[in-house]
Amino acid sequence: MPAVSFQSVSKTYVGPRGSLRALDEVGFDIERGEFFGLLGPNGAGKTTLISILAGLARASAGRVTVMGHDVVSDYAAARRALGIVPQELVFDPFFSVRETLRIQSGYFGLKRNDAWIDELLQELGLADKHSANMRQLSGGMKRRVLVAQALVHRPPVIVLDEPTAGVDVELRQTLWQFIARLNREGHTVLLTTHYLEEAEALCSRIAMLKQGRVVALDRTANLLAGKASTMLRFKTDQPLPSALAARARVTGRIAQLQAHDATEVEALLAALRAAGVRVEDLEIGRADLEDVFLEIMHGAAA
Amino acid sequence: MSGVGTLLYKEVLRFWKVAFQTVAAPVLTAVLYLLIFGHVLADKVQVFEDVGYTRFLIPGLVMMSVLQNAFANSSSSLIQSKITGNLVFLLVTPLSHWAWFCAYVGASMVRGLTVGLGVLLVTAWFAPPGLVQPLWVVVFALLGAGMLGALGLIAGLWADKFDQMAAFQNFIIMPMTFLSGVFYSVHSLPSFWYTLSHLNPFFYMIDGFRRGFFGLSDVSPWISLAVVGTSFVAVSACALQLLKSGYKLRH
Repeated sequence: MPAVSFQSVSKTYVGPRGSLRALDEVGFDIERGEFFGLLGPNGAGKTTLISILAGLARASAGRVTVMGHDVVSDYAAARRALGIVPQELVFDPFFSVRETLRIQSGYFGLKRNDAWIDELLQELGLADKHSANMRQLSGGMKRRVLVAQALVHRPPVIVLDEPTAGVDVELRQTLWQFIARLNREGHTVLLTTHYLEEAEALCSRIAMLKQGRVVALDRTANLLAGKASTMLRFKTDQPLPSALAARARVTGRIAQLQAHDATEVEALLAALRAAGVRVEDLEIGRADLEDVFLEIMHGAAA
Repeated sequence: MSGVGTLLYKEVLRFWKVAFQTVAAPVLTAVLYLLIFGHVLADKVQVFEDVGYTRFLIPGLVMMSVLQNAFANSSSSLIQSKITGNLVFLLVTPLSHWAWFCAYVGASMVRGLTVGLGVLLVTAWFAPPGLVQPLWVVVFALLGAGMLGALGLIAGLWADKFDQMAAFQNFIIMPMTFLSGVFYSVHSLPSFWYTLSHLNPFFYMIDGFRRGFFGLSDVSPWISLAVVGTSFVAVSACALQLLKSGYKLRH
């Protein structure tokens, strides 16, 4: 039995200006103990899919189970098995950190949960904030409380919906260390993120969504291996010649160009020299997940 | 504590932490009504024989406070949680629609009855109203608080903005409580308004409640019990159905 199973899940939003197909027959399983990445551009349907998983939205068609429990017909058991860290930074301003965590435990029928709450506070660097009101916390601290809230009932399946958006390096480190520990202890993790280096480092398997459809589903290693080409990376202050600009990935001063072999690398360098482009910090490396992602997103028929 | 017990506790703690605003302020408002209306109308209005106007007014003010505060509690809690987004913490729990209903309505009743008791204790100091049939007082206070708590739940689910909530409160709840005989006996009204008052369930809540204090009422307390009981069941069934279907909660 998989930890999470999406079976032909479709979601259509009907609005005054016609209907929008947010998810189109999405189907895949996440096995127990996996660290699974769900990637896709904004509007691809990641959050809709997670909302259906968490019971925050209902599928128009299809079925979702968590540890074998249907999220609609057997919602109580499904929600006990699921801990979800929402994307939005939300909090209840009436309560302190500890009150928030005690109340969240109580919703799941847990009476004496303080030992685990203390451990969560310790692991997430919140120990000295336990009596602070939620309003007094910084954004990063509120994010930590959201993670703790999702974990109060020790759910076997943990869902993190863009947990590191706008989060400083320290929290990212703390968070991934702790989540990796929970994953080693047997918890299944489902992660959505826009930071592809995080997904590449953490996730053993990845699904990519584009316009509500699964366009890639494979082990991370296979996705990277399938992209055998090398990348030419360099910095420059000058514009690239138009022939190269069309196929380059440019981030600020950094330009990246795909090359299949050494001959093509030479040809690229010759073209740059011919155009009078001065390059710095030239390096040749393997394609990373971001290259795979971009190729799939541009190539996949929608 | 069970899940429903925790939610009830959280909802009570929520208003208790701001008790000046949620308990003390409405008690003061009711006392001001008593002082002003009691002073102006004491010599002009006589509803029941042997019952002075100030004494007559007290049960009405108590019940009005119970109803308005029970409504305010569930409705404001829900719309705040919806707008700030923290309702998600509740939506991901295994709590059933019954648990939501019992906790939100239960906390509304606690708030309504706390404020009502506060109003009674303070105003009784001016003119002890008596307590002839206390069971009616308890029955109508509980049913009234429960019904308005459930109505607040419906309003909180329905409203998307504070503006809509204010409209619900000011254009439905306030007129229905003010026009229910808090400040007067409906027998003093012109016949059109007299008939209209009998279509207002709030009238029966206040009339039945007053019965418990004076042993006198405009209609039989059994009729009031039937009307208020039926209204409570109908409003509760509606609230439960909305919660079960996930109306405006689960898209």
